[in-house]
Amino acid sequence: MKKSAIALALAATLSLVGSAFAGDLVIKGSTTVLPIAQSAAEKFMESNSDVAITVSGGGSGNGIKAIIDGTTDVANASRFIKNKEVKAAVENGTYPVPFAVAMDALIPVVHPSNQIKDLSIEQLKKIYKGEITNWKEVGGSDARIAVVGRDTSSGTYEVWESKIMNKDRVTQRALVVASNGAMVQTVAKNKLAIGYIGLGYLDKSVNALTVGGVEGTVKSVLDGDYPVSRYLYMFTKGWPTGDTLKFINFVLSDAGQEIVGNTGYIPLR
Amino acid sequence: MDERIPGWLITLTASVSLFIMVFLIYFLLQEGIPTLREVSLKELLLGFDWYPTEEPPALGMAPLIVGSMTVTLLSAVMAVPFSFLIAIFLSEVAPSWFREILKPALELLGFLPSIVLGFLGMVVLAPWLQERFDLLSGLNLFNASLLMGAMIVPIVASLAEESLQAVPRELRDACYALGATRWETIRKVVLPAALPGLLSASLLGIMRGLGETMVVLMAAGGAALVPISIFDPVRPLTSAIAAEMGETPVGSAHYHALFFAGLLLLTMTLGINLISMWIEKKGKERWMA
Repeated sequence: MKKSAIALALAATLSLVGSAFAGDLVIKGSTTVLPIAQSAAEKFMESNSDVAITVSGGGSGNGIKAIIDGTTDVANASRFIKNKEVKAAVENGTYPVPFAVAMDALIPVVHPSNQIKDLSIEQLKKIYKGEITNWKEVGGSDARIAVVGRDTSSGTYEVWESKIMNKDRVTQRALVVASNGAMVQTVAKNKLAIGYIGLGYLDKSVNALTVGGVEGTVKSVLDGDYPVSRYLYMFTKGWPTGDTLKFINFVLSDAGQEIVGNTGYIPLR
Repeated sequence: MDERIPGWLITLTASVSLFIMVFLIYFLLQEGIPTLREVSLKELLLGFDWYPTEEPPALGMAPLIVGSMTVTLLSAVMAVPFSFLIAIFLSEVAPSWFREILKPALELLGFLPSIVLGFLGMVVLAPWLQERFDLLSGLNLFNASLLMGAMIVPIVASLAEESLQAVPRELRDACYALGATRWETIRKVVLPAALPGLLSASLLGIMRGLGETMVVLMAAGGAALVPISIFDPVRPLTSAIAAEMGETPVGSAHYHALFFAGLLLLTMTLGINLISMWIEKKGKERWMA
């Protein structure tokens, strides 16, 4: 009862002061990190009812740009900041500070009927470059390979490109799907397909491949054995203070890392 | 005084919507044109490499443009004749009670959300096509065109039926009076008389297909490739915009290029619209004279 009265008063005040104060804490950026930020913000506001947090997506690049422009307090990013972006930020007088908040692994997946169980990074690269076009060349049955990739703008694609492709282009013949969910659907329905998804999206409808003999699991990722993994970051505008500091600390706390696990990503400990 | 109020009201609403339209076009131009500072128009329109996130970005839209055109044309080729047959049946052959039921049903079908069709294409049609024709993937030009065809049939058929209905009774009666059969009347009198209407109905359907996003996003396969066979995957302009805009940094070359793609789509639909208007005008001149 009391809580809703406060919320009502807060809403009234907010509507009076307009959008300039809509949320004490603004979080923007990567759609990959979005689920973590959202659940963390919800949990955080339960115990800190005086802090209003606004969370939105828009992509890693957009989040970091917002840090550079000073229009957000926290930027979610599924990649590290680029040199160009650091330079732009410093020129604008802001100093982005990275906090790794979780890890994510990309798992190559094939149709359940496919007998291939393992591919090396080199084989994966050749398949995605379009040099290997038949499953027979990697020890499978004599059938063509339907390569499925992600949109070049997605953070997932960026990780695949840096960890697997290493400066080579993914073939133009590759099918492109718009999300992890669509990837699972596509591979599950196509006997010839190979694709890659975030660890959290893995289910029984597709077969996970090991990469160079290493299975992608929470443990192998944390040990650093699994090669196709990445950190997920939250960047702050300068060293965090006040509510921003409290929020970052919360995400890194046991409770925050439990949320990370619940959203399908890998907690840092 | 009070008689003037409706007039004012209409003027006001009309100018507001007009203002919004002009603003939209202005915005598209403002966000789309800057891409020409980074890439030449020639490279944008004729380049074959679409790797927009590379440094520097490769922004060749030719595969996307060709993708848009092929999906739209193939769907029209499949859908238009079928739509005309439905229209002829509804307008000239079916008994009126049957028409009363079928026409609203057809119009309702036109409102089927395209994402439903896209999902069917992805989950049902794609695996079937792949098995049936032994393809690399069922997500391809053919799949998307088939679904898009299914989507524009109700629209084209319904409009075509209306233009058949608009052919004056007297023409038919005169034809029958000369002793012509029903088929001869349809073929020699009704169809030629309704031709401009039929053409503009097809063009409206084509325009709908050109702007359609969900079906191509889900069923066309998404490879930025100039298709050689109808079973190759394609990536039309609309699906490129939809898939990439979300993660594109505002103000980057890629961002402006996507707005430029929007501008291209607008130009293409505008072109079709002008053709359709021209056909209608010609038709009127021919039959009113």
